[in-house]
Amino acid sequence: MSGFITLLKRDLLLAVREGGALGTALGFYLIVVTLMPLGLGPDLNLLTRIAPGVLWVALLLAALLSLPRLFEADHDDGSLDVLALGSLPLELVAASKSLAHWISTGIPLALMAPVLGILLNLEARAYPLVIGTMLAGTPAISFLGSIGAALTLKTRRGGLLLALLVLPFYVPTLIFGISAISAALTSPQGFQASFLILMAISLVSMVLGPVAAAAALRQHMQ
Amino acid sequence: MKTKDATSQSWTQRLANPTRFMRLSGIVLPWLTAVAVAVIGYGLYLTFFVAPPDYQQGETVKIMFIHVPAAWLAMMGYLIIAISSFGLLVFRHPLADVSAKAAAPIGAAFTLLALITGSLWGKPMWGTYWVWDARLTSVLILFFLYLGLMALRSSLDDEALAAKQTAVLGLAGVVILPIIKFSVDWWNTLHQPASVVKLDGPAIHSSILVPLMVNAVGFSLLFFALHLKAMRNEVLRRRVKAMRMAEVNEAAHNQDAAAATAV
Repeated sequence: MSGFITLLKRDLLLAVREGGALGTALGFYLIVVTLMPLGLGPDLNLLTRIAPGVLWVALLLAALLSLPRLFEADHDDGSLDVLALGSLPLELVAASKSLAHWISTGIPLALMAPVLGILLNLEARAYPLVIGTMLAGTPAISFLGSIGAALTLKTRRGGLLLALLVLPFYVPTLIFGISAISAALTSPQGFQASFLILMAISLVSMVLGPVAAAAALRQHMQ
Repeated sequence: MKTKDATSQSWTQRLANPTRFMRLSGIVLPWLTAVAVAVIGYGLYLTFFVAPPDYQQGETVKIMFIHVPAAWLAMMGYLIIAISSFGLLVFRHPLADVSAKAAAPIGAAFTLLALITGSLWGKPMWGTYWVWDARLTSVLILFFLYLGLMALRSSLDDEALAAKQTAVLGLAGVVILPIIKFSVDWWNTLHQPASVVKLDGPAIHSSILVPLMVNAVGFSLLFFALHLKAMRNEVLRRRVKAMRMAEVNEAAHNQDAAAATAV
């Protein structure tokens, strides 16, 4: 377990000191959200209605942008090989890296969402819902994304392929994230069911993601 | 493995031998194709000349005779890919990857067929070609998954690596199958719930059900025939590739030998 924590600390430290990845993701998030009103027209009522959906979709795209880096740097400089030879199972290595990705990208993106909500005239009572569902749903994005990142490690045009592979897996997260928000805005009872399913998806992906990602990484090592 | 004789192997292991597979499939395939064509022909005859128009849907119900089998086979295709992926990753069957590779485009074609026939049916019945209903959406995701499998395979140059990586994705994607199957039960949406395969018997009148099942059997046979043919093609393609590689190696070897004697 100490190996897991050490690896997590190392990845977080790298993310902080490198800095570029998070800035790119947040900047991309800002730009996608800004483009929406330009494309749809500045009708505030319309924007209020679609704001949660736009924020969620833009968050998925921004997270997707940062995913290729998940294993790439470690693969390029050989530290992934060292990690694979070490005592820590590869599943836990993948889990640690996904967790680091969630903390360094998922949480900042989720916290950035309410700021961007202002641009989209988000309802006041939707703010806690957007943050809450995003914090509950972004683990699924990082952990499921690790599968795609591991699979496309050595491919040509990896980034585009990664999007094609990973987006189908993101659909349930997106659906239940949005349905939790819209249920809470229209009727007070509907929120809990969707929110619990959203968290269940995150928990399942925390198990499925590292196992599949480790299996894919092992094929690269052979 | 090599010390085992044929009798002590399980039937899957015996079929996994490519030479035996080629011989057996060569015998089976023409018959399978003939039966598939005959059953589909009979099914289409029933569809167009025997089955009565539905009292609500009118003649458009006949789209269902194509749509329902195609949708079933779309899911069965993915199931074949998942089982083959499992066979490749766990048992390292040499034919498992051939099967997974061959099934992907066929499954994708049936998925597309289900989506297109479904939307053609949806226009007169629901008044729109497409709704974002749970079943439609999950089948569309299945289609993307098929595309992802094919794209991942074609993006890796190393065939052995591509096979294993595709298998990992194929197994991870299997979570979509229960979502498709139960989407109409979990979410009360526009697409009707299961009406053929039910515990208390089908909820469809036999005049519609019989042609539907004949078509389903015919399309399934067509799927297997296409799958078998594609597998045979893939085995032959790999043999040709291996022979070419051997030729190149031999030529290089001869050149080296010639250079050595010249020196």
